[in-house]
Amino acid sequence: MAQKTIRQALHEALAQEMRRDPRVVVIGEDVAGGAGTGGGRDAAGGVLGVTKGLITEFGEDRVIDTPITESAIMGMAAGSAVSGLRPVAELMFSDFLGVCFDQIYNQAAKFRYMFGGKARTPLVIRTMIGAGRSAAAQHSQSPYGIFTSVPGLKVVIPSNAYDAKGLLIQAIRDDDPVIFCEHKLMYDLKTEVPDEAYTVPFGEANIVRDGDDVTIVAFARMVHYAAAAAETLAREGIDCELIDPRTTSPLDADTILDSVARTGRLVVVDEATPRCSMAADIAALVAEHAFGVLKAPIRRVTAPHTPVPFAPGLEKLYIPDSDRIAAVVREAQGYAR
Amino acid sequence: MQLNREALLKAYRDMVTIRRFEERVQDEFSKGNIPGFVHLYAGQEASAVGVCSHLGPDDHIASTHRGHGHSIAKGCDVVGMMLELFGRKGGLCGGKGGSMHIADLDHGMLGANGIVGGGPPLVIGAALTAKTLRNSNVAVSFTGDGGSNQGTTFEAMNMAVVLKLPAIFVFENNGYGEYTGAEYAVGSRDIAGRAAGFGMPAVRVDGDDFFAVHDAMREATERARAGGGPSAIEVSTCRFYGHHSGDAQLYRVKDEVRKLREEHDCLKNFRRRVTDARLLEAGDLDAVDAEVAALIDQAVAAALAAPPPEPETLMTDVYVSY
Ligand SMILES: Cc1ncc(C[n+]2csc(CCOP(=O)(O)OP(=O)(O)O)c2C)c(N)n1
Ligand SMILES: [Mg+2]
Repeated sequence: MAQKTIRQALHEALAQEMRRDPRVVVIGEDVAGGAGTGGGRDAAGGVLGVTKGLITEFGEDRVIDTPITESAIMGMAAGSAVSGLRPVAELMFSDFLGVCFDQIYNQAAKFRYMFGGKARTPLVIRTMIGAGRSAAAQHSQSPYGIFTSVPGLKVVIPSNAYDAKGLLIQAIRDDDPVIFCEHKLMYDLKTEVPDEAYTVPFGEANIVRDGDDVTIVAFARMVHYAAAAAETLAREGIDCELIDPRTTSPLDADTILDSVARTGRLVVVDEATPRCSMAADIAALVAEHAFGVLKAPIRRVTAPHTPVPFAPGLEKLYIPDSDRIAAVVREAQGYAR
Repeated sequence: MQLNREALLKAYRDMVTIRRFEERVQDEFSKGNIPGFVHLYAGQEASAVGVCSHLGPDDHIASTHRGHGHSIAKGCDVVGMMLELFGRKGGLCGGKGGSMHIADLDHGMLGANGIVGGGPPLVIGAALTAKTLRNSNVAVSFTGDGGSNQGTTFEAMNMAVVLKLPAIFVFENNGYGEYTGAEYAVGSRDIAGRAAGFGMPAVRVDGDDFFAVHDAMREATERARAGGGPSAIEVSTCRFYGHHSGDAQLYRVKDEVRKLREEHDCLKNFRRRVTDARLLEAGDLDAVDAEVAALIDQAVAAALAAPPPEPETLMTDVYVSY
């Protein structure tokens, strides 16, 4: 099987679904690029190149470059989804949700329930998350916790190319609005990816590594940091089970609870800020349903409750890393009542 | 032209400072000395300086991701700016903001902005303060052709008209929003006309010509200070670099930038105008060039020598630290 990057995997998923279903359209700023310029179309293909070349195959009716106007993009996507298209809209940086949240939060997310089950809103919003590029406070956030808190939205956070392709195809075929979060530092990450179309179901966590001592739940880039920490800890005799939920809504609560039932210890690793977050959500889930088996307090390794700083040294302190994860796991393992 | 010698020299100095600052930032960015993203303002200097030469420290501006020029024109410290871009201690924002968030409230600079269309609503806020306190200050938003299409911009313009706020909307039309042409993205291809549709006086001026921008801004500022409400100015301009440093610029035709630099350089244009009219001597301008070159060298040297921000600053300036 061929090794492919997350960028290639996402591109392949889009192209294959667009071939399969003429109702799938791509909408966003510079998803092709070059409109109204001397240099011609496809000058960009998305700011990170995921949609490069799609306009050549599918034309400008299906690869739709828009003005800079996120409210109208998300509204147009929601409105077209509820009336018969299956749009994949791009919100370039997830931080820009601030500009267009109404169309997601009050409109797309609510249609199915609020209209008594009559509406289907097969909408995918692809968006970039994550710190680590000195992109500062307005281009580095990871607001999937905000999206996850909204009933009616599904939220996907792939951590590798195989999952990225299968989850994006699943997202496009799903009849609910899906927020698809892509970490900006992971596009070049390679794994084996089948050439043909396939789906990865929502609500099924991936057990990245088995272990009996401590359960670690991590998302996106933190999966890789947690895996590195688990390697280190294994050499010290601490056996970690690492769970990548892959989707936060729906969340595979059973896999997490089953694991904690065996380990009795939970560490949640999340690049997002700690308040009202996925880390808080999973900690609450386990505290509520697995209190009796816990051998140590639930621990969270997250960013601090601050905006993302610009200076590289500060940003490095901001983002959880393998050392911090390992240190917290050791504390959990060594905890004595 | 009603500018005296001192004002002309200041305008020239500010424009050259921006140009040299940006050229140097490009170099330092290529060398890997500047983290993150930078969006360079070179080519558009007449806009920032033509506009800000009518403003004092108590007037406010809000800028964009392409904010270095506006900051310099509004009086921000060039050394402090360079330190900020390098992410060093002593930077204008303590190294926490960087290029895209460079700000200095002491100089009425409400910040560059990472959000396209983030500025205009803030500017009507600063204009509301001025109107409420009756201090005859004004507030100016700089917005690109791309940002002119953002709903927030439309809402701010309408509100400014409704409340007759001392706000001025400057639209810098450099022909591109990222990699897409304004020809495509601005439906009416007439940003000034669209602003006029909201019910405010709006003009389009040639951004190669400092004096054209300056004249339009004089009128708009006088009107705003006198309680006459908002205005809009569309400045036709051009950018000499890519959208950001490192942009391959596939959307541009070959030689486009070379031509722009030859035919639409507001600095060369200014020099020609003031020397032809014998308002300033070439020697005066050369002296400014030398001063500015030294200032930029000094700023870069200071930035290279400065330490990174203290680790504790990660947790300061925010009211909850859990
Ligand atoms: C809300 C939002 N959408 C998109 C972007 C990404 N982006 C940054 S600059 C830019 C283009 C802005 O074009 P324009 O307003 O013409 O300003 P210019 O870059 O030409 O100065 C875009 C799309 C952003 N930063 N914020
Ligand atoms: Mg522009």
